[in-house]
Amino acid sequence: MQNLTWTGTLGVYINPFFLTALSAFFVFAVSAAARGFSRLDGRNLLNPTPPSIALLGPTAVIGLVLWLLSLTGLPPFAMLGLGNITLSLVVCLIIGLATGFGLFQISSELIFRLVWSTFYVALCLFLIYFIVGLFVAPETAGIVGAISKQLTPTWIALLVTFAVSIYFKRSLGLYGKLFDSPIGMIGLGLVLFWVFTALLGAGFDLIATHDPLGQVSGMKNKHPGIPLRGAEANDYPYYLFGGDTLARDVFSRAIVGSGIVIVIAPAATVFAFMIGITLGLPAGYFGGRLDTVLSFLSNMVLAFPVILLFFLLVTPEIIESGLPNYLAVILFVFPVIFIAVAQFSKNRLKPNFLTLKFPVIMIITIWLYLSLISETGKTIALLPPLLDLFDVPSEILVVFVSVVFVNSPTVFRIVRGLTLDVKTRDYVAAAQTRGEGPWYIMLWEILPNVRGPLIVDFCLRIGYATILLGTLGFFGLGLESESPDWGTTINAGRKLLSVYLAPPLVPAFALMSLVLGLNLLADGLREESLRD
Amino acid sequence: MGMFILRRTGVMLLTAICLTFIVFLMTNLYPNLEKLAKNEGNFRMSDAEVASFLGNRGYTQGKLQNYGEWLGVLPGYVIEGIDGKTRGRCSNHGAIVENTGKYCGVIQGNWGFSSRFKEPVSKIVAKRLALTGKLMFWVLAVMIPSALIIGIMAGMREGSRLDRALSTGAIVTTATPEYVSGVIFIAVFTSSAVGLKWFKGSATSAMDHATLENFLLPVLTIALYGMGYIARMTRASMAEVMTAQYIRTARLKGVSFANIVLKHALRNALIAPFTVIMLQIPWLLNGVVIVEVLFNFKGFGWVLVQAASNNDIDLLLAVSVVSVVVVLLTQLISDIGYVFLNPRIRIT
Repeated sequence: MQNLTWTGTLGVYINPFFLTALSAFFVFAVSAAARGFSRLDGRNLLNPTPPSIALLGPTAVIGLVLWLLSLTGLPPFAMLGLGNITLSLVVCLIIGLATGFGLFQISSELIFRLVWSTFYVALCLFLIYFIVGLFVAPETAGIVGAISKQLTPTWIALLVTFAVSIYFKRSLGLYGKLFDSPIGMIGLGLVLFWVFTALLGAGFDLIATHDPLGQVSGMKNKHPGIPLRGAEANDYPYYLFGGDTLARDVFSRAIVGSGIVIVIAPAATVFAFMIGITLGLPAGYFGGRLDTVLSFLSNMVLAFPVILLFFLLVTPEIIESGLPNYLAVILFVFPVIFIAVAQFSKNRLKPNFLTLKFPVIMIITIWLYLSLISETGKTIALLPPLLDLFDVPSEILVVFVSVVFVNSPTVFRIVRGLTLDVKTRDYVAAAQTRGEGPWYIMLWEILPNVRGPLIVDFCLRIGYATILLGTLGFFGLGLESESPDWGTTINAGRKLLSVYLAPPLVPAFALMSLVLGLNLLADGLREESLRD
Repeated sequence: MGMFILRRTGVMLLTAICLTFIVFLMTNLYPNLEKLAKNEGNFRMSDAEVASFLGNRGYTQGKLQNYGEWLGVLPGYVIEGIDGKTRGRCSNHGAIVENTGKYCGVIQGNWGFSSRFKEPVSKIVAKRLALTGKLMFWVLAVMIPSALIIGIMAGMREGSRLDRALSTGAIVTTATPEYVSGVIFIAVFTSSAVGLKWFKGSATSAMDHATLENFLLPVLTIALYGMGYIARMTRASMAEVMTAQYIRTARLKGVSFANIVLKHALRNALIAPFTVIMLQIPWLLNGVVIVEVLFNFKGFGWVLVQAASNNDIDLLLAVSVVSVVVVLLTQLISDIGYVFLNPRIRIT
C-alpha cells in the first residue's frame, strides 16, 4: 500500500485552487496591513497624517516582507536577492514605497473586502476536504479527510450543540449571549471540540484509530499517512499522523491524551475556586487579622516560583513520603466546608432541613471526600476498601494537588479584592439590617454579584491549568513516561524534532488550540457580560 | 515612604525565611536524604548504612537545628561519627579543618557545596545567573518595546481593524506556552524536515558567543509568551486614556493625531504597563527554565532542573533564595515605581 498524502486524489483537483486562494489571501493581507498602518484618507480624522509619514508604513511592511521572501529563496522571489543583501533591501523598500503609493489610490474598503473574500474562498475549499472526507475512503480525501471522518462523532455533537444553543439562545442567559459574539463562538467551538473529542474519543473510544500505548513493529518513527504494517482486516489501515519513537500511533495518542487534560484541568480549577472562594470571602468581608494572615500565606505561595514548586513537590521521593496525600487532605476539605456552609446558612430555618436534607448532603459530600483522599493500602487509608468508592492513582493525585495549590492563591486574591469592593454596596447593608448572618451575606449576597469576573477568570484559569499540566509533562514530572497526555508527548517527541515533526507538533497544536479556545471564550464572555 | 519601604522589606525577609524553610523541609525529607546518601556514597547501601551516613553528617539533628545552621544563626555541627571520624559543617561536611569559624551559614556568606557539580554553590549560581542575565536582558529588550508598540497601536483606536488584528494576535501568543512555541520554532526554522535551517536548534554556543543564529529563537520563545499579556494591559490602559477629556481637548485644539498619541496619551498610558512588566519578570523564570532545557542553554534554569533532579540541597536552597528574592524585589519596585509615576497615589 502507498502512503496517504495529505489531500489524497481529491487534492489533485482542489489543491491548485486552494493554494491560489491562500497565496492571494496572504498577498492581500500584507497589502491590507500595509494600508491599514496609515490613513492618508482617514475620513473621520481631524488632522490627517502627512503623506511623507503615511507612506512609511507600507514601505516598511511590503519592503521587509519582500526582502524576507527573497532571503528564503522561493522561486519567484529569489531574483530579488540580487546577490547582495543590502542592495536587495534597498530595492525591496523602493518597491514597497511604489506599491504603497499605488495602494493609497485604492480605497481601503476594497482591499479589506478582497482580504475577507479570499479568506472565505480558501476556508470553503479547505472545508471541502473535511466534508468530502466524511463520505469517501481515506485514499480519496487524504489524511485531512480521513481525520475528519474519524472525528465524525465530535462533528455531530458540535453541530447538535450549536444548533440547539442558537435556536434557544434568547432563553439561555449569558451562555446564549455568547452566540452574538463571533470571538466567543469561535472560542466555545474550540473548547467544545476538545470536550467532545475527549468524551467520545477517550471516554467511549469512538475516535482513536489504534491503541494509544500499543506498539507495532516496523512503525517506529514514520511520517504521517504511513500504512499499518501487517494490518488485519479489522485494523485501521493507516497511522494518520505517523508513528513515534516507540512505534505508537501519534493521532490516537493525541486524541486519548485530550481525555487526561480535559478532566484534570477543569477539575483542578474548580477545586482552586472552591478554596479561593471559601478563604477569600471571609478575608475580604471580615478583614483584620484573618485577612493579614491569609494574605501573607497567599503571597508566600505566589512568591514561590511555580516550576521550583513542581520540582520539589512532584518527585517520586516526595510521593513516597505521602506529602501530596496530606496536602490533599487539607486542600480538598475546603469544598466540603463550602457546600456545608452554603447550605446551612441559606436553609437552616426551613422545616425538615436540619433533620433530613442537611445530614444527607453532608454524608454524601464527606463520603466523597473520604474516598477521594483515602487510598487503599497507602499512607492515608481512612475508609475500609469496601466503602472506598474510587482510588485516584497517586501520580495523578500529586499532579492534581500541585495544580490546585498553585492556582488557589490567585483566586483567593481575586475573590478578596472583589469582596472588598462589593461589601460596601447597599444590598449588603440591607442584608445586614435584616439580621442575616455573615456567611449568608458572603455566599448568597456577595458571591452571586461578583460572578461575572469570576466566570471570566474561571475560563482563563482552566487554560492556565492546561499550560501547567503541559509544563509538568514537559519536564517528565508526575505522569508516567508513556502517558499519552500532551505535555509528556511533546517532551518525548522533541528529541527527534529535526527529522520527525509530527510526534511533538500534533500535541503542541492540540494544547495551543484548547488554550486559545478558552482565552477567546473568556474574551467573549467578558465582552458580553460588560454589555449588560 | 521610608516607613513603607521598611515595612515591605520586613515582610519580604519574613517571606524569604518562611519559603526557604519550606524548601529546606521538603529537600530534607527522609526519602530525599536517602537518595542523597546513595548518590554520594554508593547505590547498594543498606538502610543502616544510610542512617549512619546521614547521622555522621549532621542530617538527623532535627530540622530546625539544621535550618539554623544553614542560615548561620546556630553554630555548625561538629560530630564524632560512628566510623570514628569527626566531621564539621564548616569544613564541608568533611574532616575538621583548623581556623574555620563557628558559624558558617548564608549570613556568613557560605552558601554551601553542591553535591551535583562538586563546586561551591555561590560560584555556580554567580556563573549561571550571569548567563541567564544575558538571556533575560535580550528577552526584555525584545519583549517590552514590541509589547508596548503593539498595545499602543491597538489601544489608540479602540475597535478599529488594527486593534482587532493586534488583539487577536496578542491572545494567540498568550495561548502559546513556551514549550509549544519553542517546539514549533525549532521545527520550522531549524529542522531538516522543513529545510529552512535559518537558525540553530541549540543555544549551547550562545553561552560564550551569542549570535542571531543561535540566540534569536530562545529569546523569541520567552518573549512571545509574555508579550501578549503586556500588550493587552497596555492596550486597555491606552484605550482608557484615549477617552479622557484632555485628549478630546487636544484634538479639538488641532493637535495632530501622532502628537496626541506620542506626547499627550503615552505618558499616562504607560503607568499601568510598568507594574505589569515588573510583575511579569518572575513569570519569565518559568519560561527561562523551559527554554534553557529545550535549547540546552546552561543557565540558571538549567541549574534549577539539575539541582532538583539530583536533590542537591544546598544548590536548591540557593536557587530558591535567588528566585524568591527576584519575585519580592520586583514586587517592591513595582509598588514604589507606581507611586513615583502616578502622582495621584500617595502612600502614607
